[in-house]
Amino acid sequence: MNKKRILLAIETSCDDTGAAVLSDGRKILSSVVSSQVSVHQKYGGVVPELASRKHIEMIVPIVTEALQQAGLSLEKIDGIAVTQGPGLVGSLLVGLSFAKSLAFVKGIPLIGVNHLEAHLSAIFLEENPPSFPFLGLVVSGGHTSLFRVDGFGQYTLLGQTRDDAAGEAFDKVAKLLGLGYPGGPIIDELSRTGNPRAIPFPRPSVGKNSFDFSFSGLKTAVVHFVKTFPGPPGSFPEELLRNIVSSFQAAVVDVLVQKTFQAAGHQGLKRVVISGGVAANRLLRQRMKEEASKQKMRIYIPSPVLCTDNAAMVGVVGYEYLKRGIRFPLSLNAFSNLRF
Amino acid sequence: MMLHSRSPSQTIRIGKQLGRFLRRGDVVALVGELGTGKTQLIKGLAQGIGFKKSAYISSPSFTLINEHPGKITLYHMDLYRMEEEEAKELGLEEYFQGDGVTAVEWADKIPSLLPGQLLWIHLYYTGKQTRSIELVPLGERYEALLKQFSSEFGVKH
Repeated sequence: MNKKRILLAIETSCDDTGAAVLSDGRKILSSVVSSQVSVHQKYGGVVPELASRKHIEMIVPIVTEALQQAGLSLEKIDGIAVTQGPGLVGSLLVGLSFAKSLAFVKGIPLIGVNHLEAHLSAIFLEENPPSFPFLGLVVSGGHTSLFRVDGFGQYTLLGQTRDDAAGEAFDKVAKLLGLGYPGGPIIDELSRTGNPRAIPFPRPSVGKNSFDFSFSGLKTAVVHFVKTFPGPPGSFPEELLRNIVSSFQAAVVDVLVQKTFQAAGHQGLKRVVISGGVAANRLLRQRMKEEASKQKMRIYIPSPVLCTDNAAMVGVVGYEYLKRGIRFPLSLNAFSNLRF
Repeated sequence: MMLHSRSPSQTIRIGKQLGRFLRRGDVVALVGELGTGKTQLIKGLAQGIGFKKSAYISSPSFTLINEHPGKITLYHMDLYRMEEEEAKELGLEEYFQGDGVTAVEWADKIPSLLPGQLLWIHLYYTGKQTRSIELVPLGERYEALLKQFSSEFGVKH
């Protein structure tokens, strides 16, 4: 049993094509992500058809690159992990079909992975990962969900967004202000020199006893604020734009921090893990760390490159399932919605 | 037909009343600026159709299409990030001819792809919390639907 298990992982749930090679589910031998931002920038967001067409073009070169960087041939691969959902079905199917074919031809096990479970597990690629149980927040363009995590495959959904995801709110506000795509990093950068207290945007809550989120009211508040000024946002003075995005970002971060620690407290959990694209936001990382130390809890945040979509995190989950002897049939299908 | 809403929750209630009359194959096209309540109204439609967990009918801006399987499947589309050229290649028409109810946010982005008969819903800002909601039926099926809706709920044309 000393032989290390080598896994190839594939992720195509949204705009990035990712492939990674992992040793025993913890050591990244390679992780390649084709950032498609240049294609999407033109359209101010993720354009699904373009995404799936791009995945078709990218999947072979990306997997080849991952194998080359790992210095391994396909013959050395012991199993394939692939994102099954949730996500854009057209995009998911590209990765899934590719993984199935490879598993069939090579006669190796195939493991379907839930994208959110993968995000929650990215932290195991870092040094000193948490032990179970912990509170997990997945926050991205498509999701804002809180989980109690008791082990691999043991998740309890505690709350989620009832309208917009946090990352979606970032994208919509950026587009409204004519700042471009992707909204998250642009707002993060602009906010550094803005005043987060300049505009008292609301901190929407769906009730004290709920761990759900709601960001559409905050988005609407930004729309109303922008309307009080004459002319298009493109003509606004730079300082005003910085203050708007900085105040908006502070509101989103406040809500995320407050609900996350409230949920951790409610569940009696002392460890908090955050992941997903928005977990790369500097203010969120800083505020989560401050709050954790105030509450005497431990916070675990993967490095930004592991927060955004990547295949390595898919490999972590795939390995755990492989180890437990869990196999998936080649009839495995994609799913679009959250399943927990 | 023009309706008025004083809050997001009233927009949901209006959607719920309307949703009771929807049946398989119906298409509802929603138009309105960012934040006018399109997703809220669809949440209401879902309640009216009979979904229990409708609180989690969330925005598909990122995922484009959310499918909610139930007695009648609800296809919730959002074309916020799309242009008509891209939408053409997605085969959206298949949903419009399908066996579920299709609700499309930002439907004005794809005029040439929409079916000839549908229910237009325009949402307008009238204040911070208040909205006007205009229902415009295209075709006999939707005229009948609105007649049913208005007689049951005493809404005047």
